[in-house]
Amino acid sequence: MNRVVHIAANTFREAVRDRVLYNLIAFALLLSGAAILVGQISIDIERLVVVNLGLTAVSLFGVVIAIFIGIGLVSKEMEKRTLYTVLSRPVRRWEFLVGKFLGLTGTLFVNTFFMAIGVFAALLYVSVPHRFQSFDAWILAALFFIVLQFVILCSLALLFSSFSSPLLSAVFAFSLFVIGSFAEDLRGFARMSHGLTQWLATGAAYLVPNFSALNVIGQVAHEQPISGHLIVYNTAYALAYSAVAICGAVLIFERRNLK
Amino acid sequence: MIAIETINLEKTYAVGFWRKRPRVALRPLNLTVEEGEVFGFLGPNGAGKTTTLKLLMGLVFPTGGTARILGKDISDSEIKAQIGFLPEQPYFYDYLTAKELLEYYAQLSGVNAKERGRKIEAMLERVGLKDAARLQLRKFSKGMLQRVGLAQAILHDPKVVFLDEPMSGLDPMGRREVRDLMEELKQQGKTVFFSTHILSDAEALCDRVAVIHQGELRGVGRVAELTSAVAGKVELIWNGSAVPAGFTALEAECHISGETMRAVVPEAQQEAALEILRREGLRLVSLTPVHPSLEEYFLQKVNPVARSAGVAR
Repeated sequence: MNRVVHIAANTFREAVRDRVLYNLIAFALLLSGAAILVGQISIDIERLVVVNLGLTAVSLFGVVIAIFIGIGLVSKEMEKRTLYTVLSRPVRRWEFLVGKFLGLTGTLFVNTFFMAIGVFAALLYVSVPHRFQSFDAWILAALFFIVLQFVILCSLALLFSSFSSPLLSAVFAFSLFVIGSFAEDLRGFARMSHGLTQWLATGAAYLVPNFSALNVIGQVAHEQPISGHLIVYNTAYALAYSAVAICGAVLIFERRNLK
Repeated sequence: MIAIETINLEKTYAVGFWRKRPRVALRPLNLTVEEGEVFGFLGPNGAGKTTTLKLLMGLVFPTGGTARILGKDISDSEIKAQIGFLPEQPYFYDYLTAKELLEYYAQLSGVNAKERGRKIEAMLERVGLKDAARLQLRKFSKGMLQRVGLAQAILHDPKVVFLDEPMSGLDPMGRREVRDLMEELKQQGKTVFFSTHILSDAEALCDRVAVIHQGELRGVGRVAELTSAVAGKVELIWNGSAVPAGFTALEAECHISGETMRAVVPEAQQEAALEILRREGLRLVSLTPVHPSLEEYFLQKVNPVARSAGVAR
Protein backbone atom coordinates (compact mmCIF):
# COMPACT_ATOMS: atom_id res chain seq x y z
CA MET A 1 0.00 0.00 0.00
CA ASN A 2 2.95 2.31 0.72
CA ARG A 3 4.10 2.00 -2.86
CA VAL A 4 0.69 3.16 -4.10
CA VAL A 5 0.96 6.23 -1.86
CA HIS A 6 4.50 7.01 -3.12
CA ILE A 7 3.42 6.70 -6.77
CA ALA A 8 0.37 8.89 -6.09
CA ALA A 9 2.54 11.50 -4.36
CA ASN A 10 4.95 11.53 -7.30
CA THR A 11 2.08 11.92 -9.78
CA PHE A 12 0.77 14.87 -7.76
CA ARG A 13 4.26 16.39 -7.65
CA GLU A 14 4.58 15.97 -11.43
CA ALA A 15 1.31 17.84 -11.99
CA VAL A 16 2.39 20.65 -9.68
CA ARG A 17 5.85 20.94 -11.26
CA ASP A 18 4.35 20.83 -14.75
CA ARG A 19 2.41 23.92 -13.68
CA VAL A 20 -1.01 22.28 -13.99
CA LEU A 21 -2.25 24.31 -11.04
CA TYR A 22 -1.53 27.48 -13.03
CA ASN A 23 -5.05 27.03 -14.41
CA LEU A 24 -6.14 28.45 -11.05
CA ILE A 25 -4.85 31.84 -12.14
CA ALA A 26 -7.02 31.77 -15.28
CA PHE A 27 -9.95 30.62 -13.16
CA ALA A 28 -9.42 33.38 -10.62
CA LEU A 29 -9.25 36.01 -13.35
CA LEU A 30 -12.39 34.67 -15.03
CA LEU A 31 -14.36 34.53 -11.82
CA SER A 32 -13.31 37.89 -10.42
CA GLY A 33 -13.99 39.54 -13.79
CA ALA A 34 -17.39 37.86 -13.99
CA ALA A 35 -18.29 38.81 -10.39
CA ILE A 36 -17.49 42.48 -11.01
CA LEU A 37 -19.36 42.47 -14.32
CA VAL A 38 -22.37 40.62 -12.93
CA GLY A 39 -22.51 43.00 -9.98
CA GLN A 40 -22.94 45.86 -12.42
CA ILE A 41 -25.35 44.44 -15.00
CA SER A 42 -27.58 41.93 -13.16
CA ILE A 43 -30.48 42.79 -10.95
CA ASP A 44 -31.39 40.26 -8.26
CA ILE A 45 -29.87 37.33 -10.13
CA GLU A 46 -26.20 38.01 -9.28
CA ARG A 47 -25.98 34.94 -7.05
CA LEU A 48 -27.60 32.70 -9.65
CA VAL A 49 -25.19 33.86 -12.36
CA VAL A 50 -22.11 33.56 -10.16
CA VAL A 51 -23.03 30.06 -8.93
CA ASN A 52 -23.85 28.90 -12.46
CA LEU A 53 -20.75 30.41 -14.01
CA GLY A 54 -18.43 29.48 -11.16
CA LEU A 55 -19.46 25.83 -10.89
CA THR A 56 -19.51 25.37 -14.67
CA ALA A 57 -15.98 26.77 -14.85
CA VAL A 58 -14.86 24.46 -12.01
CA SER A 59 -16.30 21.53 -13.93
CA LEU A 60 -14.84 22.46 -17.33
CA PHE A 61 -11.37 23.29 -16.04
CA GLY A 62 -11.28 19.99 -14.15
CA VAL A 63 -12.60 17.96 -17.09
CA VAL A 64 -9.86 19.34 -19.33
CA ILE A 65 -7.19 18.51 -16.73
CA ALA A 66 -8.64 15.04 -16.04
CA ILE A 67 -8.67 14.13 -19.72
CA PHE A 68 -5.39 15.66 -20.81
CA ILE A 69 -3.34 14.42 -17.89
CA GLY A 70 -5.26 11.17 -17.55
CA ILE A 71 -4.59 10.03 -21.09
CA GLY A 72 -0.85 10.41 -20.55
CA LEU A 73 -0.73 8.64 -17.19
CA VAL A 74 0.45 5.35 -18.66
CA SER A 75 1.36 6.17 -22.26
CA LYS A 76 3.75 8.98 -21.30
CA GLU A 77 5.58 6.71 -18.87
CA MET A 78 5.83 4.04 -21.56
CA GLU A 79 6.93 6.45 -24.25
CA LYS A 80 9.62 8.00 -22.06
CA ARG A 81 10.50 4.60 -20.58
CA THR A 82 10.35 5.92 -17.03
CA LEU A 83 8.13 2.92 -16.35
CA TYR A 84 11.07 0.52 -16.78
CA THR A 85 12.84 1.63 -13.63
CA VAL A 86 9.57 1.61 -11.66
CA LEU A 87 8.35 -1.83 -12.72
CA SER A 88 11.79 -3.38 -12.30
CA ARG A 89 11.29 -2.75 -8.57
CA PRO A 90 8.92 -4.67 -6.31
CA VAL A 91 5.99 -2.69 -7.68
CA ARG A 92 3.02 -4.59 -9.03
CA ARG A 93 1.40 -3.23 -12.15
CA TRP A 94 -1.93 -2.66 -10.40
CA GLU A 95 -0.13 -0.66 -7.71
CA PHE A 96 1.33 1.57 -10.39
CA LEU A 97 -2.07 2.15 -12.02
CA VAL A 98 -3.91 2.79 -8.77
CA GLY A 99 -1.13 5.13 -7.61
CA LYS A 100 -1.31 7.13 -10.83
CA PHE A 101 -5.10 7.31 -10.54
CA LEU A 102 -5.01 8.49 -6.94
CA GLY A 103 -2.31 11.04 -7.78
CA LEU A 104 -4.39 12.59 -10.52
CA THR A 105 -7.64 12.60 -8.55
CA GLY A 106 -5.70 14.14 -5.64
CA THR A 107 -4.45 16.87 -7.97
CA LEU A 108 -8.00 17.54 -9.15
CA PHE A 109 -9.28 17.57 -5.59
CA VAL A 110 -6.73 20.22 -4.56
CA ASN A 111 -7.51 22.19 -7.72
CA THR A 112 -11.24 22.04 -7.01
CA PHE A 113 -10.67 23.05 -3.39
CA PHE A 114 -8.96 26.29 -4.42
CA MET A 115 -11.55 26.94 -7.11
CA ALA A 116 -14.30 26.41 -4.56
CA ILE A 117 -12.75 29.09 -2.38
CA GLY A 118 -12.88 31.37 -5.44
CA VAL A 119 -16.54 30.57 -6.07
CA PHE A 120 -17.50 31.31 -2.46
CA ALA A 121 -15.45 34.50 -2.47
CA ALA A 122 -17.22 35.70 -5.63
CA LEU A 123 -20.56 34.74 -4.12
CA LEU A 124 -19.79 36.76 -1.01
CA TYR A 125 -18.79 39.72 -3.18
CA VAL A 126 -22.07 39.82 -5.16
CA SER A 127 -24.36 39.05 -2.18
CA VAL A 128 -26.16 41.93 -0.51
CA PRO A 129 -25.55 42.04 2.40
CA HIS A 130 -22.12 40.38 2.08
CA ARG A 131 -22.84 37.13 3.88
CA PHE A 132 -23.66 33.49 3.09
CA GLN A 133 -27.17 32.05 3.11
CA SER A 134 -28.04 28.61 4.54
CA PHE A 135 -28.82 27.22 1.08
CA ASP A 136 -25.29 28.07 -0.08
CA ALA A 137 -24.26 24.86 1.67
CA TRP A 138 -25.80 22.97 -1.27
CA ILE A 139 -23.03 24.41 -3.42
CA LEU A 140 -20.72 22.07 -1.50
CA ALA A 141 -22.86 19.14 -2.63
CA ALA A 142 -22.62 20.34 -6.24
CA LEU A 143 -18.83 20.64 -5.87
CA PHE A 144 -18.71 17.13 -4.41
CA PHE A 145 -20.62 15.81 -7.44
CA ILE A 146 -18.17 17.62 -9.72
CA VAL A 147 -15.30 15.84 -7.95
CA LEU A 148 -17.15 12.55 -8.49
CA GLN A 149 -17.30 13.38 -12.20
CA PHE A 150 -13.54 13.86 -12.18
CA VAL A 151 -13.05 10.52 -10.44
CA ILE A 152 -15.02 8.76 -13.18
CA LEU A 153 -13.24 10.66 -15.95
CA CYS A 154 -9.80 9.91 -14.51
CA SER A 155 -10.61 6.21 -14.34
CA LEU A 156 -11.87 6.25 -17.94
CA ALA A 157 -8.80 8.16 -19.15
CA LEU A 158 -6.63 5.62 -17.33
CA LEU A 159 -8.55 2.75 -18.94
CA PHE A 160 -8.11 4.15 -22.44
CA SER A 161 -4.51 5.10 -21.73
CA SER A 162 -3.72 1.49 -20.81
CA PHE A 163 -4.27 0.24 -24.36
CA SER A 164 -4.58 3.16 -26.73
CA SER A 165 -2.61 6.13 -28.03
CA PRO A 166 -2.98 9.50 -26.22
CA LEU A 167 -4.93 11.01 -29.12
CA LEU A 168 -7.45 8.19 -29.31
CA SER A 169 -7.71 8.10 -25.52
CA ALA A 170 -8.55 11.81 -25.51
CA VAL A 171 -11.20 11.31 -28.19
CA PHE A 172 -12.76 8.35 -26.35
CA ALA A 173 -12.72 10.07 -22.95
CA PHE A 174 -14.11 13.35 -24.25
CA SER A 175 -16.80 11.57 -26.29
CA LEU A 176 -17.89 9.64 -23.22
CA PHE A 177 -18.00 12.85 -21.21
CA VAL A 178 -20.26 14.50 -23.80
CA ILE A 179 -22.51 11.44 -24.22
CA GLY A 180 -22.57 10.89 -20.45
CA SER A 181 -23.70 14.48 -19.92
CA PHE A 182 -26.83 13.56 -21.88
CA ALA A 183 -27.25 10.14 -20.27
CA GLU A 184 -30.70 10.99 -18.84
CA ASP A 185 -31.92 12.03 -22.31
CA LEU A 186 -30.49 8.78 -23.70
CA ARG A 187 -32.38 6.83 -21.05
CA GLY A 188 -35.55 8.74 -21.90
CA PHE A 189 -35.07 7.91 -25.57
CA ALA A 190 -34.54 4.25 -24.68
CA ARG A 191 -37.85 4.19 -22.76
CA MET A 192 -39.72 5.58 -25.74
CA SER A 193 -38.11 3.22 -28.29
CA HIS A 194 -39.20 -0.26 -29.27
CA GLY A 195 -37.62 -3.54 -30.27
CA LEU A 196 -33.92 -3.68 -31.08
CA THR A 197 -33.51 0.10 -30.86
CA GLN A 198 -34.78 0.00 -27.29
CA TRP A 199 -32.34 -2.77 -26.39
CA LEU A 200 -29.41 -0.93 -27.95
CA ALA A 201 -30.35 2.47 -26.54
CA THR A 202 -30.90 1.00 -23.05
CA GLY A 203 -27.55 -0.80 -23.22
CA ALA A 204 -25.74 2.35 -24.33
CA ALA A 205 -27.56 4.50 -21.77
CA TYR A 206 -26.46 2.30 -18.88
CA LEU A 207 -22.96 1.71 -20.24
CA VAL A 208 -21.96 5.37 -20.54
CA PRO A 209 -21.25 7.19 -17.27
CA ASN A 210 -24.26 9.11 -16.07
CA PHE A 211 -22.70 12.56 -15.79
CA SER A 212 -26.09 14.26 -16.07
CA ALA A 213 -27.10 12.82 -12.67
CA LEU A 214 -23.93 14.35 -11.26
CA ASN A 215 -24.74 17.77 -12.61
CA VAL A 216 -26.84 19.68 -10.07
CA ILE A 217 -25.44 23.12 -10.88
CA GLY A 218 -28.79 24.49 -12.10
CA GLN A 219 -30.54 23.13 -9.03
CA VAL A 220 -28.20 24.71 -6.47
CA ALA A 221 -28.06 27.96 -8.47
CA HIS A 222 -31.83 28.15 -7.98
CA GLU A 223 -31.35 27.51 -4.27
CA GLN A 224 -33.00 24.08 -4.39
CA PRO A 225 -31.81 21.45 -1.87
CA ILE A 226 -30.03 18.23 -2.82
CA SER A 227 -31.46 15.09 -1.24
CA GLY A 228 -29.29 12.91 0.97
CA HIS A 229 -30.49 9.93 -1.03
CA LEU A 230 -29.03 11.43 -4.22
CA ILE A 231 -25.71 12.10 -2.51
CA VAL A 232 -25.46 8.48 -1.33
CA TYR A 233 -26.63 7.10 -4.69
CA ASN A 234 -24.26 9.27 -6.75
CA THR A 235 -21.30 8.50 -4.49
CA ALA A 236 -21.90 4.75 -4.73
CA TYR A 237 -22.45 5.01 -8.48
CA ALA A 238 -19.24 7.01 -9.12
CA LEU A 239 -17.12 4.73 -6.95
CA ALA A 240 -18.53 1.56 -8.51
CA TYR A 241 -18.17 2.89 -12.07
CA SER A 242 -14.57 4.00 -11.44
CA ALA A 243 -13.69 0.71 -9.77
CA VAL A 244 -14.91 -1.22 -12.81
CA ALA A 245 -12.97 1.08 -15.18
CA ILE A 246 -9.79 0.72 -13.09
CA CYS A 247 -10.20 -3.07 -12.94
CA GLY A 248 -10.48 -3.04 -16.75
CA ALA A 249 -7.33 -0.94 -17.00
CA VAL A 250 -5.49 -3.32 -14.65
CA LEU A 251 -6.62 -6.40 -16.60
CA ILE A 252 -5.31 -4.89 -19.84
CA PHE A 253 -2.11 -3.45 -18.40
CA GLU A 254 -1.19 -6.65 -16.54
CA ARG A 255 -0.89 -8.42 -19.90
CA ARG A 256 0.77 -5.64 -21.84
CA ASN A 257 4.32 -5.97 -23.17
CA LEU A 258 6.33 -2.79 -22.59
CA LYS A 259 8.24 -2.62 -25.85
CA MET B 1 24.52 -20.82 -6.18
CA ILE B 2 22.90 -19.84 -9.46
CA ALA B 3 21.95 -16.15 -9.59
CA ILE B 4 20.26 -16.07 -12.99
CA GLU B 5 18.84 -18.98 -14.91
CA THR B 6 16.87 -18.96 -18.12
CA ILE B 7 15.16 -22.13 -19.27
CA ASN B 8 14.08 -22.16 -22.92
CA LEU B 9 13.17 -18.51 -22.52
CA GLU B 10 11.79 -17.20 -25.79
CA LYS B 11 9.93 -14.23 -27.18
CA THR B 12 8.05 -13.79 -30.42
CA TYR B 13 6.20 -10.59 -31.18
CA ALA B 14 3.11 -10.50 -33.37
CA VAL B 15 3.56 -7.66 -35.83
CA GLY B 16 1.66 -6.17 -38.75
CA PHE B 17 -1.75 -4.51 -38.88
CA TRP B 18 -3.62 -7.69 -37.90
CA ARG B 19 -0.79 -8.84 -35.61
CA LYS B 20 -0.60 -12.13 -37.46
CA ARG B 21 3.02 -11.95 -38.61
CA PRO B 22 5.45 -13.40 -36.08
CA ARG B 23 8.80 -11.71 -35.44
CA VAL B 24 11.18 -13.80 -33.37
CA ALA B 25 13.07 -11.59 -30.92
CA LEU B 26 14.59 -14.37 -28.82
CA ARG B 27 14.94 -18.06 -29.64
CA PRO B 28 14.87 -20.52 -26.72
CA LEU B 29 17.61 -19.29 -24.43
CA ASN B 30 19.28 -21.48 -21.83
CA LEU B 31 21.77 -19.63 -19.71
CA THR B 32 23.05 -19.74 -16.15
CA VAL B 33 24.98 -17.06 -14.31
CA GLU B 34 26.61 -17.94 -11.02
CA GLU B 35 26.38 -15.69 -7.98
CA GLY B 36 29.24 -13.17 -7.82
CA GLU B 37 29.97 -13.37 -11.54
CA VAL B 38 30.35 -10.46 -13.91
CA PHE B 39 28.61 -11.72 -17.01
CA GLY B 40 28.77 -9.97 -20.36
CA PHE B 41 25.92 -10.36 -22.80
CA LEU B 42 27.33 -9.48 -26.19
CA GLY B 43 25.68 -8.96 -29.51
CA PRO B 44 25.26 -6.45 -32.29
CA ASN B 45 22.34 -4.00 -32.27
CA GLY B 46 19.02 -5.82 -32.57
CA ALA B 47 20.50 -9.15 -31.47
CA GLY B 48 18.01 -9.67 -28.63
CA LYS B 49 20.01 -8.35 -25.67
CA THR B 50 17.47 -5.77 -24.54
CA THR B 51 14.60 -8.21 -25.11
CA THR B 52 16.31 -10.69 -22.79
CA LEU B 53 16.78 -8.02 -20.13
CA LYS B 54 13.17 -6.89 -20.45
CA LEU B 55 12.01 -10.48 -20.07
CA LEU B 56 14.12 -10.88 -16.93
CA MET B 57 12.72 -7.61 -15.53
CA GLY B 58 9.13 -8.66 -16.25
CA LEU B 59 8.61 -5.74 -18.63
CA VAL B 60 7.65 -8.09 -21.45
CA PHE B 61 6.22 -11.56 -21.07
CA PRO B 62 7.84 -14.67 -22.53
CA THR B 63 6.16 -16.60 -25.33
CA GLY B 64 7.73 -19.75 -23.91
CA GLY B 65 10.07 -20.95 -21.21
CA THR B 66 10.82 -19.32 -17.92
CA ALA B 67 13.58 -17.67 -15.92
CA ARG B 68 14.66 -17.61 -12.30
CA ILE B 69 16.60 -15.02 -10.36
CA LEU B 70 18.18 -16.13 -7.09
CA GLY B 71 16.08 -19.27 -7.36
CA LYS B 72 12.75 -17.48 -7.64
CA ASP B 73 10.56 -17.21 -10.71
CA ILE B 74 10.69 -13.81 -12.43
CA SER B 75 6.92 -13.46 -12.06
CA ASP B 76 7.43 -13.10 -8.29
CA SER B 77 7.58 -9.32 -7.90
CA GLU B 78 9.15 -9.50 -4.41
CA ILE B 79 12.38 -10.86 -5.89
CA LYS B 80 12.80 -7.46 -7.51
CA ALA B 81 13.86 -6.02 -4.17
CA GLN B 82 17.12 -7.92 -4.77
CA ILE B 83 17.53 -6.62 -8.32
CA GLY B 84 18.96 -3.40 -9.70
CA PHE B 85 18.33 -2.40 -13.30
CA LEU B 86 19.76 0.27 -15.55
CA PRO B 87 17.89 0.46 -18.86
CA GLU B 88 19.57 1.43 -22.12
CA GLN B 89 19.69 5.22 -22.62
CA PRO B 90 17.79 5.83 -19.41
CA TYR B 91 15.27 8.62 -19.09
CA PHE B 92 14.03 9.68 -15.71
CA TYR B 93 11.38 12.01 -14.32
CA ASP B 94 13.04 15.25 -15.38
CA TYR B 95 10.96 17.44 -13.04
CA LEU B 96 12.69 15.80 -10.07
CA THR B 97 16.10 16.58 -8.67
CA ALA B 98 18.66 13.78 -8.45
CA LYS B 99 18.03 13.54 -4.71
CA GLU B 100 14.24 13.41 -5.11
CA LEU B 101 14.52 10.75 -7.79
CA LEU B 102 16.68 8.52 -5.61
CA GLU B 103 14.33 9.14 -2.69
CA TYR B 104 11.38 8.00 -4.84
CA TYR B 105 13.14 4.86 -6.04
CA ALA B 106 14.34 4.07 -2.52
CA GLN B 107 10.74 4.29 -1.32
CA LEU B 108 9.56 1.95 -4.08
CA SER B 109 12.37 -0.50 -3.33
CA GLY B 110 11.38 -0.58 0.32
CA VAL B 111 14.55 1.00 1.72
CA ASN B 112 14.10 1.70 5.41
CA ALA B 113 13.02 5.33 5.99
CA LYS B 114 15.71 5.82 8.65
CA GLU B 115 18.53 4.71 6.33
CA ARG B 116 17.18 6.40 3.21
CA GLY B 117 18.74 9.83 3.63
CA ARG B 118 22.18 8.47 4.50
CA LYS B 119 22.15 5.96 1.62
CA ILE B 120 21.12 8.61 -0.89
CA GLU B 121 23.85 11.01 0.23
CA ALA B 122 26.46 8.26 0.04
CA MET B 123 25.27 7.13 -3.38
CA LEU B 124 25.31 10.65 -4.82
CA GLU B 125 28.87 11.02 -3.61
CA ARG B 126 29.82 7.62 -5.01
CA VAL B 127 28.66 8.49 -8.53
CA GLY B 128 30.09 12.01 -8.35
CA LEU B 129 26.80 13.88 -8.27
CA LYS B 130 26.92 15.34 -4.78
CA ASP B 131 27.11 18.90 -6.10
CA ALA B 132 24.23 18.33 -8.51
CA ALA B 133 21.95 16.70 -5.93
CA ARG B 134 19.46 19.58 -5.94
CA LEU B 135 19.47 20.15 -9.69
CA GLN B 136 16.47 19.08 -11.75
CA LEU B 137 17.28 16.20 -14.08
CA ARG B 138 16.13 18.19 -17.12
CA LYS B 139 19.35 20.17 -16.69
CA PHE B 140 21.56 17.05 -16.62
CA SER B 141 23.95 16.02 -19.41
CA LYS B 142 23.78 12.51 -20.87
CA GLY B 143 26.74 11.38 -18.80
CA MET B 144 25.17 12.73 -15.61
CA LEU B 145 21.91 10.92 -16.40
CA GLN B 146 23.85 7.69 -16.85
CA ARG B 147 25.39 8.22 -13.40
CA VAL B 148 21.96 8.80 -11.86
CA GLY B 149 20.88 5.64 -13.64
CA LEU B 150 23.68 3.68 -12.06
CA ALA B 151 22.93 5.20 -8.67
CA GLN B 152 19.25 4.17 -8.80
CA ALA B 153 20.25 0.68 -9.89
CA ILE B 154 22.46 0.00 -6.87
CA LEU B 155 20.92 2.32 -4.27
CA HIS B 156 18.96 -0.41 -2.50
CA ASP B 157 22.01 -2.71 -2.30
CA PRO B 158 20.70 -5.39 -4.68
CA LYS B 159 22.33 -8.80 -5.01
CA VAL B 160 21.98 -8.91 -8.79
CA VAL B 161 22.55 -5.89 -11.02
CA PHE B 162 21.39 -5.76 -14.64
CA LEU B 163 22.93 -3.08 -16.81
CA ASP B 164 21.80 -2.54 -20.39
CA GLU B 165 24.60 -0.90 -22.39
CA PRO B 166 26.00 0.93 -19.34
CA MET B 167 28.86 2.56 -21.27
CA SER B 168 26.64 3.83 -24.05
CA GLY B 169 27.06 7.54 -24.67
CA LEU B 170 29.83 7.99 -22.11
CA ASP B 171 33.17 9.68 -22.73
CA PRO B 172 36.37 7.71 -21.97
CA MET B 173 36.46 9.03 -18.40
CA GLY B 174 32.85 8.11 -17.81
CA ARG B 175 33.45 4.64 -19.20
CA ARG B 176 36.40 4.21 -16.89
CA GLU B 177 34.28 5.23 -13.91
CA VAL B 178 31.57 2.73 -14.84
CA ARG B 179 34.20 0.01 -15.21
CA ASP B 180 35.58 0.87 -11.75
CA LEU B 181 32.09 0.76 -10.30
CA MET B 182 31.44 -2.65 -11.83
CA GLU B 183 34.70 -3.95 -10.42
CA GLU B 184 33.68 -2.56 -7.04
CA LEU B 185 30.37 -4.41 -7.29
CA LYS B 186 32.21 -7.61 -8.11
CA GLN B 187 34.44 -7.17 -5.09
CA GLN B 188 31.33 -6.78 -2.96
CA GLY B 189 30.16 -10.16 -4.26
CA LYS B 190 27.34 -8.82 -6.41
CA THR B 191 26.30 -10.54 -9.59
CA VAL B 192 26.53 -8.20 -12.57
CA PHE B 193 24.80 -9.02 -15.84
CA PHE B 194 25.48 -6.43 -18.47
CA SER B 195 24.80 -6.17 -22.15
CA THR B 196 27.19 -4.41 -24.46
CA HIS B 197 28.55 -4.32 -27.94
CA ILE B 198 31.82 -2.73 -26.77
CA LEU B 199 33.99 -5.82 -26.71
CA SER B 200 37.02 -4.29 -25.02
CA ASP B 201 34.85 -3.54 -21.95
CA ALA B 202 33.59 -7.10 -21.87
CA GLU B 203 37.09 -8.51 -22.28
CA ALA B 204 38.40 -6.37 -19.42
CA LEU B 205 35.56 -6.94 -16.97
CA CYS B 206 33.80 -10.23 -17.51
CA ASP B 207 34.30 -13.57 -15.88
CA ARG B 208 32.18 -15.09 -18.63
CA VAL B 209 30.46 -13.83 -21.72
CA ALA B 210 27.67 -14.98 -23.99
CA VAL B 211 27.30 -14.00 -27.62
CA ILE B 212 23.83 -13.57 -29.01
CA HIS B 213 22.91 -12.83 -32.60
CA GLN B 214 19.53 -12.70 -34.34
CA GLY B 215 17.89 -13.82 -31.11
CA GLU B 216 20.02 -16.93 -30.86
CA LEU B 217 22.75 -17.80 -28.37
CA ARG B 218 25.90 -18.40 -30.39
CA GLY B 219 28.39 -19.14 -27.63
CA VAL B 220 29.01 -18.84 -23.91
CA GLY B 221 32.05 -19.31 -21.70
CA ARG B 222 35.17 -17.72 -20.24
CA VAL B 223 36.90 -15.25 -22.55
CA ALA B 224 40.10 -17.34 -22.64
CA GLU B 225 38.18 -20.52 -23.46
CA LEU B 226 36.23 -18.86 -26.22
CA THR B 227 39.19 -17.18 -27.86
CA SER B 228 41.26 -20.38 -27.70
CA ALA B 229 38.65 -21.99 -29.89
CA VAL B 230 39.37 -19.43 -32.61
CA ALA B 231 41.94 -20.65 -35.14
CA GLY B 232 45.29 -18.96 -34.42
CA LYS B 233 47.05 -16.60 -36.79
CA VAL B 234 50.62 -15.48 -37.37
CA GLU B 235 51.97 -12.13 -38.40
CA LEU B 236 54.79 -12.00 -40.95
CA ILE B 237 56.81 -8.85 -41.64
CA TRP B 238 59.27 -8.65 -44.52
CA ASN B 239 61.03 -6.09 -46.69
CA GLY B 240 59.46 -5.56 -50.08
CA SER B 241 57.19 -3.31 -52.08
CA ALA B 242 54.50 -5.67 -53.37
CA VAL B 243 52.45 -8.59 -52.10
CA PRO B 244 53.64 -11.84 -53.69
CA ALA B 245 50.95 -13.35 -55.92
CA GLY B 246 50.61 -16.54 -53.86
CA PHE B 247 49.41 -14.67 -50.73
CA THR B 248 45.91 -14.06 -52.02
CA ALA B 249 45.23 -17.79 -51.91
CA LEU B 250 46.30 -17.93 -48.23
CA GLU B 251 43.39 -15.79 -46.85
CA ALA B 252 46.04 -13.27 -45.81
CA GLU B 253 45.28 -9.74 -44.60
CA CYS B 254 48.15 -7.69 -46.04
CA HIS B 255 49.30 -4.16 -45.17
CA ILE B 256 51.88 -2.16 -47.10
CA SER B 257 53.79 0.57 -45.33
CA GLY B 258 56.61 1.99 -47.48
CA GLU B 259 59.19 -0.75 -47.99
CA THR B 260 57.79 -2.90 -45.18
CA MET B 261 55.15 -5.51 -45.82
CA ARG B 262 52.95 -7.07 -43.14
CA ALA B 263 50.64 -10.05 -43.56
CA VAL B 264 48.46 -11.90 -41.08
CA VAL B 265 47.73 -15.47 -42.16
CA PRO B 266 46.05 -18.44 -40.51
CA GLU B 267 48.48 -20.55 -38.50
CA ALA B 268 47.86 -23.47 -40.81
CA GLN B 269 49.14 -21.43 -43.74
CA GLN B 270 52.36 -20.33 -42.02
CA GLU B 271 54.63 -22.79 -43.84
CA ALA B 272 53.10 -22.00 -47.23
CA ALA B 273 53.59 -18.25 -46.62
CA LEU B 274 57.25 -18.75 -45.62
CA GLU B 275 57.81 -20.89 -48.71
CA ILE B 276 56.45 -18.10 -50.94
CA LEU B 277 58.78 -15.53 -49.31
CA ARG B 278 61.78 -17.90 -49.75
CA ARG B 279 60.86 -18.54 -53.38
CA GLU B 280 60.57 -14.80 -54.09
CA GLY B 281 63.89 -14.14 -52.31
CA LEU B 282 62.32 -11.69 -49.83
CA ARG B 283 63.94 -11.05 -46.43
CA LEU B 284 61.74 -12.00 -43.45
CA VAL B 285 62.00 -9.46 -40.61
CA SER B 286 59.77 -11.14 -38.03
CA LEU B 287 57.28 -13.96 -37.47
CA THR B 288 54.94 -13.47 -34.50
CA PRO B 289 51.96 -15.52 -33.33
CA VAL B 290 48.78 -13.41 -33.00
CA HIS B 291 46.59 -14.20 -29.99
CA PRO B 292 42.95 -14.32 -31.01
CA SER B 293 40.87 -11.61 -29.35
CA LEU B 294 37.28 -11.63 -28.16
CA GLU B 295 36.51 -9.48 -31.18
CA GLU B 296 37.63 -12.23 -33.51
CA TYR B 297 35.55 -14.78 -31.66
CA PHE B 298 32.59 -12.39 -31.75
CA LEU B 299 32.95 -11.71 -35.46
CA GLN B 300 33.25 -15.40 -36.17
CA LYS B 301 30.01 -16.09 -34.28
CA VAL B 302 28.11 -13.12 -35.63
CA ASN B 303 29.44 -13.33 -39.19
CA PRO B 304 30.63 -16.87 -39.79
CA VAL B 305 31.52 -16.15 -43.42
CA ALA B 306 35.28 -15.57 -43.25
CA ARG B 307 36.45 -12.06 -43.92
CA SER B 308 37.98 -12.07 -47.35
CA ALA B 309 41.65 -11.48 -47.83
CA GLY B 310 42.64 -8.02 -48.92
CA VAL B 311 45.39 -5.46 -49.13
CA ALA B 312 45.43 -2.23 -47.13
CA ARG B 313 47.80 0.65 -47.82
